[in-house]
Amino acid sequence: MDNLVSLFSYEFFTRAVLAALLAAVSCGIIGTYIVSRRLVFISGGISHASFGGIGLGYFLGVNPLAGAAVYAVLNALGLEYLTRRMNIREDSVIGILWSFGMAVGIIFIYFTPGYAPNLMSYLFGSILTVSAGDLWFLLTVTGVSGLFFLVLYRWIVYMAFDLPYIQTFRLPVGWISYMLMVLMALTIVVNIRVVGIILVISLLTIPQTIANIFTRNFGRMILYSILTGMVASLGGLMISFYFDIPSGASIIFLLSLLFILARGLTALLSGGARGNIPDERTEEEAGKIFIASE
Amino acid sequence: MMKPLVRLENITAGYNGEAVLEGVRLEIFPDDFIGVIGPNGGGKTTLLKVMLGLIKPWSGSVEYAGDPMPGTLMGYLPQHTDLDRSFPISVEEVVLSGLLPRKGFFTPYRKEHRLAAQSALEKTGINHLLHRAIGELSGGQLQRVLLARALVGSPRLLILDEPVTYVDNRFEGELYELLKELNRNMAILMVSHDVGTITSYIKTIACVNRTLHYHPSNKISEQQLAAYNCPIQIITHGTVPHTVLKKHS
Repeated sequence: MDNLVSLFSYEFFTRAVLAALLAAVSCGIIGTYIVSRRLVFISGGISHASFGGIGLGYFLGVNPLAGAAVYAVLNALGLEYLTRRMNIREDSVIGILWSFGMAVGIIFIYFTPGYAPNLMSYLFGSILTVSAGDLWFLLTVTGVSGLFFLVLYRWIVYMAFDLPYIQTFRLPVGWISYMLMVLMALTIVVNIRVVGIILVISLLTIPQTIANIFTRNFGRMILYSILTGMVASLGGLMISFYFDIPSGASIIFLLSLLFILARGLTALLSGGARGNIPDERTEEEAGKIFIASE
Repeated sequence: MMKPLVRLENITAGYNGEAVLEGVRLEIFPDDFIGVIGPNGGGKTTLLKVMLGLIKPWSGSVEYAGDPMPGTLMGYLPQHTDLDRSFPISVEEVVLSGLLPRKGFFTPYRKEHRLAAQSALEKTGINHLLHRAIGELSGGQLQRVLLARALVGSPRLLILDEPVTYVDNRFEGELYELLKELNRNMAILMVSHDVGTITSYIKTIACVNRTLHYHPSNKISEQQLAAYNCPIQIITHGTVPHTVLKKHS
């Protein structure tokens, strides 16, 4: 225990713990939106495509994460725009953006003179090397997402559930969708340092899937996802530190274990009968008072 | 002379350069109960979408009667099969979403909003399911939830898209009785592919098959349908309630 406390005297370790906690909060919020709206494939596409921005950053000699942020936001806005046009095969477009971004990234890194340092850390994450700047970026995006969801919670949830219905009100709500896509892209980018491009999707989906086992309420799903994410990212950080393996991999490994555990336990406790079983009896009862409005 | 709630003038609309509706005119008055019939792909849903402002017509105009607050003019019941039933949302929240324009962007729901949601659910007979997640409901129950959402804002025009598809026969009968009663206070426009069943409830008929022919009565013959270029079958004619034919064998 003393050993653990003394770790905090290292600045890099304190930063890693803060990054792990902020990663759990930011991914808990945005991931719940992603899972509920079934945007998992889109977010996978955006995170991989952002590699193009990282390559561009290397090439131009700017912070690769800044390049990734610009690239990811443009991709996300483009996708949101395209999905509103009926005649676009959305999944094919995502596939193209996904691989195109990776290709652009590799081409630019190839053109960059000299050796590209930390390349692996962008692909697989490296929480122990998070800089103060990375942390501020992560904190800002987490704060803005949190505030946005707090203030516009109902609009976000109801639009995610049934957008055409909300559109019949003929109110200016389009900006909310676009803002959510921007926040999604930025959340992905700020978490690249923590778990990496390839693994960030799991931090946006596994905690939510675990949370969804225990609740069918959007707000509670965010809360449970954050808690699950915190347990996994802190635990994964410890495993990473003591066994000297990449943090991203250990966090995701722990998350997956938690998922299997949660699913297995609930299946055992309820005899595997949990799920979408309509209650026909209440339908019968309901019929009797259907015309009770007079 | 009453003013129409919604007035479609010479509407042409479609997708991908292909016109689905052409030169459509329709006026909906406060006590109307219009059944919209026509073949699949004939433009019934497109007509609703133009009316609801979900798609912009290529030409023509849509005029609405004085609508001081958005969302108070039209209540809309979409086909529930378009919705994701595993979405984490409760019955109460779905109904409250019908009051979003009243709530405003940055203020929370008030007690009166929650009471309105409860009374809308009472009307459709499922207020005991208030706190259920929609994933736990049957198809008929979900349809009642969506109807409550359409009613919660006390609209002056209720728009229903195939309300009895995928629900049991008993719900069908109850729904039509409820609509008949609601029609005392609001106009209703209902899309249905089943003319025979609805003719005893609706007042007038709009046949939609690329063009729109308005039939100012609820009695319509095969010959008239043919003249309206509306090739659909009449299964029964002028049925009394509860002798509803079985659907979808």
